[in-house]
Amino acid sequence: MPGGRSRSPPPEQADVVVVGGGVVGWAVAYWLKALEGRPGAMRVLVVERDPTYSRASSVRAVGGIRQQFSLPENIRMSRFSASFLRTVNEHLGVPGEPPVDLQFNPSGYLFLASERGAAALERNVRLQRDEGARVALLSPARLKEKFPWVNVDGVALASYGLEDEGWFDPWALLGAFRRKAASLGVLSCVGEVKSFVMSSNVGLVATGQEQPVSRIRYVNVHAADSREYQPVSCAVVVNAAGAWAGELAQLAEPRLRLPLEPRKRFVYVWHCPDGPGLECPLLVDTSGVYFRRDGIGGNYLGGRSPAEEDEPDTSDLEVDYDFFQEKVWPELARRVPAFAALKVRSAWAGYYDYNAFDRSAVLGAHPGVENLFVAAGFSGRGLQQAPAAGRAVAELVLRGRFQSLDLSRFGPGRLAAGEPLAESAVV
Amino acid sequence: MAALGAAPYAPYPLDAPPPHPALPGGGRGPHGAEPLPPQLRRCGGAWGGARAAPAAASAGCGRAWASSGPAAAAELRFAALRRLGAWFSDAEVLAGWSARLQRTRLRTKNAYCGYVQELYGDDVAAAYFAISCCGGGARFEGRDEWLRPDARGRFSPELLQLRDVPVVAIDLRGSAVNYSGLDNLVRLTRLRHLDLGGCRHLDDWALARLHVFGESLRELSVAGCPRVTERGLAALHHLRHLQRLDVSDLPAVPNKGLVRILLEEMLPHCQVVGMDYGDGLEPPPGPPA
Repeated sequence: MPGGRSRSPPPEQADVVVVGGGVVGWAVAYWLKALEGRPGAMRVLVVERDPTYSRASSVRAVGGIRQQFSLPENIRMSRFSASFLRTVNEHLGVPGEPPVDLQFNPSGYLFLASERGAAALERNVRLQRDEGARVALLSPARLKEKFPWVNVDGVALASYGLEDEGWFDPWALLGAFRRKAASLGVLSCVGEVKSFVMSSNVGLVATGQEQPVSRIRYVNVHAADSREYQPVSCAVVVNAAGAWAGELAQLAEPRLRLPLEPRKRFVYVWHCPDGPGLECPLLVDTSGVYFRRDGIGGNYLGGRSPAEEDEPDTSDLEVDYDFFQEKVWPELARRVPAFAALKVRSAWAGYYDYNAFDRSAVLGAHPGVENLFVAAGFSGRGLQQAPAAGRAVAELVLRGRFQSLDLSRFGPGRLAAGEPLAESAVV
Repeated sequence: MAALGAAPYAPYPLDAPPPHPALPGGGRGPHGAEPLPPQLRRCGGAWGGARAAPAAASAGCGRAWASSGPAAAAELRFAALRRLGAWFSDAEVLAGWSARLQRTRLRTKNAYCGYVQELYGDDVAAAYFAISCCGGGARFEGRDEWLRPDARGRFSPELLQLRDVPVVAIDLRGSAVNYSGLDNLVRLTRLRHLDLGGCRHLDDWALARLHVFGESLRELSVAGCPRVTERGLAALHHLRHLQRLDVSDLPAVPNKGLVRILLEEMLPHCQVVGMDYGDGLEPPPGPPA
């Protein structure tokens, strides 16, 4: 399937060009077609530079979905995503093709909080329950009873998602979005967007002042390993370039820098025959180390977000095994004593589509370019929020406002205004 | 915001875009030279959306959830439509409608009995759902006999007398209950016995909802559910008082011997039946009768 059907050149014209063929890009394209009203009303083009997805964050994700967030918008997005994934065949089933199987593991997330974090955890759980999520609070004694393999030293409180939380197969979701969008008539092509053809005008902004407004006229799609390119004339551009969204936005408006950048994260896979059993949730420790069960053969995978000063170099996807030895394993073995004896099987690195400003998604119209929309900055939650974010951006493009979920607080305007909308429950 | 209507479509194939000063003359290379594939089967035609060849389309038939009785007939009909759909887009539209109709029927069968719940309470509503919507049965506390639908599928009026009696057993064997149908059951507080055997639409998401019976449920059967996998069975660890779990005939579960060991480790007080330690070492049994 990778690279199969997309060797054709880009068309010369499209209404909406979605730059980035990851899960968010395809979700936007799918929802544009699903909400367009009349079949074939729009030409949507998805541009992906790497059809093998060798560096794409979508397929290097751990695949978790959770409801345990601190911002109501994130909880609502996840609740919508969970119901979307549950009924995925109603949305993404294609007549005449096998049903989508996301391999969802409904095993929940287990967040542990120390004395210091307990109050915030409790506050978040109250918010999550108000939003309709099923989350249980566990005392250390109850935690020990439920999961006897956990060492509860230093744990003051734990929260455990009971429904709609767990993990699934990222490839399956990406493939399902692609297949459905393609069957609805979304065009796709392989190529890299390296420049735009802009036009600028003097426009009247809301305050009544005249201000220069720029517009993207053409998206120049460059062929791989070649100097050839094809200009695609378009009305709207959606920037779903993930970790490279900041770079792409700067091509259109060099004066405005969006703080969207790649951050390298490692995922390690280890084998431990005496580790947690079938009931193992995705556990997020007080130290920030997380792990989950992978299949039923005694394999686990996990990792940790490094401290700000230890951020690894993002130029390649080399795995730093010392990071596991020094920063991850000691915490794992402290939390789950069985993990003192484990063997690392493999590891991989992937990019977080990181919003360095406040680690929340950026969804909405670009402040400097009239017809550019941004859907990026998910900071590790792109996969689970893609169904909701895709629909939100599609509504914004088609109807000019958010309809089903009000995500206006995620607009890029907050970056310029310097008002962070920080999500505290970041893994 | 840009008006989308402002970019009218040229008829396919498209005219060249207006020349632009920024373009190097003739610098199109392979992109510009190659004509776009002309096949256009449906409106809004898409070269990205080229459909599977007939051979590939029929190859997809092998992976289906249901394989017996009326389901097999429906599957056959669907396969026929699918094959036709490779040549005629009308047949594909028909297949889409038929799938949508099936979904609507399923949704109706699993609708929340809010009216009964308001008038008679949670327990009667759950029993009503089991008897009337699913053709199953329910047993109330202190009674030995099961309440079941009569020959014409109606529930007995006795049911409505049992307003404040808790339901202790629900039998939904072979019904169309799915995730949303469980809305009717999740408020039961004294449910000790639940039989979900042979439910074609019961999936792992639905199993994850059974945690609400964690304090009460003693016996559970998910035997013969074609969509239940070991991933959903893992969510049953919430049922800590479970004494008997029937997991026979689960075609989607691989390595049954290992899964049984893991289930027994997870639920130490529970008797797991229907999976042998040797399962998975021999050819899988046929579909449930």
